[in-house]
Amino acid sequence: MVRFSLLLASALAFGAPAVAQMPPAPPPAPTSAAPAAPTSAEPPPLEVDVVGGISAPLPIDIPVMPTPASAATPAGETGALGQQVAQIVANDLKGSGLFNPSGPAGLPPVAFPQVAAPDYSIWSGTGAQALVQGFVQANADGRLTVGCYLYDTAAKKELTRQGFVVTPALWRRAAHKCADMVYTRLTGEGPYFDSRIVYVSETGPKAHRIKRLAIMDQDGASHRFLTNGQSIVLTPRFAPNQQTIVYMSYVGERPRVYVYDIGSGRQRLLVSQPYMTFAPRFSPDGRWVVFSMSVNGNTDIYRVSASGGEPHRLTDAPGIDTGGSYSPDGGRIVFESDRGGSQQLYVMNADGSNQHRISFGGGTYATPVWSPRGDLIAFTHIGAARFRIGTMSADGGGEKMLTDAWQDESPTWAPNGRVIMYFRTAQGSGRTELWSVDLTGVNARHIPTPLDGSDPAWSPILP
Amino acid sequence: MNRTRLSLIAAAAALALTAGCAKKPPSHIPPPPMNGSATQGGEAGTPGPESGTVGQTGLGGAHADFMRSVPSDRVFFGTDEYALDDQDRHTLDAQAAWLTAHPAVSVTIEGHCDERGTREYNLALGDRRANAVKDYLQAKGVPAGRMTTISYGKERPVALGSNEEAWAQNRRAVTVVPE
Repeated sequence: MVRFSLLLASALAFGAPAVAQMPPAPPPAPTSAAPAAPTSAEPPPLEVDVVGGISAPLPIDIPVMPTPASAATPAGETGALGQQVAQIVANDLKGSGLFNPSGPAGLPPVAFPQVAAPDYSIWSGTGAQALVQGFVQANADGRLTVGCYLYDTAAKKELTRQGFVVTPALWRRAAHKCADMVYTRLTGEGPYFDSRIVYVSETGPKAHRIKRLAIMDQDGASHRFLTNGQSIVLTPRFAPNQQTIVYMSYVGERPRVYVYDIGSGRQRLLVSQPYMTFAPRFSPDGRWVVFSMSVNGNTDIYRVSASGGEPHRLTDAPGIDTGGSYSPDGGRIVFESDRGGSQQLYVMNADGSNQHRISFGGGTYATPVWSPRGDLIAFTHIGAARFRIGTMSADGGGEKMLTDAWQDESPTWAPNGRVIMYFRTAQGSGRTELWSVDLTGVNARHIPTPLDGSDPAWSPILP
Repeated sequence: MNRTRLSLIAAAAALALTAGCAKKPPSHIPPPPMNGSATQGGEAGTPGPESGTVGQTGLGGAHADFMRSVPSDRVFFGTDEYALDDQDRHTLDAQAAWLTAHPAVSVTIEGHCDERGTREYNLALGDRRANAVKDYLQAKGVPAGRMTTISYGKERPVALGSNEEAWAQNRRAVTVVPE
């Protein structure tokens, strides 16, 4: 049992966001900036038990964030934005399963001067143990400042604060950054709310699904389609820079891996070999793409520079070797192979040496993905007529099943290695949905998408 | 640990022995695509993979003649398998004879899988199945240069149920002669 106490969490809390477009803002100019006087008898430190705590998520109040002066912006009026930012923070925290937020609706209003000096006579009596306050301000240069403050309402003290300066178009990201600040400060886990999902949007009859690449924020907002559905598209995955995606397309009825630039919408073929290429993934440094190529019925794993060129073969077993995924240090690759007679998980060094099997739990194993924390590998397990998402340690121990449905498949890790997204296929109709589940196997949630959804891939945390 | 591995090996061996039982074709072989567009891809105006090659449509077309001349345009596989059996070879012998008699025709061999496999593995498995057919036809004298293979994995089922009968129809390799 690892419990992250307040003190440990303090050591892990990140400082200013490393973002050019979001420098820390000055705190508001409150009439009284003095922190509340520490009480003589210190209450127990505020903490979230990140192992077993989901049965008792932390109650937290998130009132509307006031504005020092109402102003119209391209994103809306600043007072209305304060309501929406607080709502996003509440939704993010609730979605993690680790928090039980109240507000913004139903909570008392906060006057701007109180943002940095909360009225504990109110907030100590709501039953919540923590309080998130903030403000939204329109700046003279057209940008917005979102201030974000976290308080321990029992100890009556500020735990952390950050300011985010964004263009109005990015106001939602400021809200996610605020939620990430609260989440990381109270759990000791890394941030993950300010991230995106690329996936395959599906519609149409089972025999002829129309598939389009689509991208959205982690919470489903800002959804847009990237391809038009004329060709089958599969398995998109982000580059570490979040601006590039590798995926597989059947354009021209030649199934190949393409590299797609989100900003320009342009794409290029990864390699020019006249064979099917698929199952692509970037290396953690973005310099390489590991992928599979089928040559006359034999599938092996290759590596190629992300800018293209001659592929280098990493496996040469006569079976199907596919599904390569790098360890976060780039030194190893986990993959699946049926060289032993059935699909199992193997690990090799990044140069292809030292290939060895790590799955021995019975049934078959597929779609391994290395956790960004490095400690775990998520996979699809097939056995007893079920397709389930599970995890095991990188050496194959500690196997744990997280889901139990007719067909769950294709896990992807949140950037903090704490949450796994995957897709679920319905028996009969073949319709697909995105789901996420906490690493502990609880808090399984359906992720709403405009149409059906499959093959999700989580981005790194946005800068 | 050793005991676990031994029992696993035993289980794998048992599976291998019984795997053959899972094989074999659906009791009802799906009707071959009709000439014209009625069954092509299912949706009006959306050409399916089987019409991936644009060609002449008509009763006298190569596709219609091929479909009249062979027992089937497709062969079926057991779960996770890509080996051909006697019935498959009978079908492919007829296909090879027709292709030998029509040396100007090039074909696409599609490999498909059922829905009960992971996406990427099924892409590779479909490629295996398409190549098993291609290799057989080549051994029967069809030049490799006239055959293109493509794997659709589990992306293009023909039988829509989630049951063994449907899956057996979807584990297939189809020799597609252009219209």
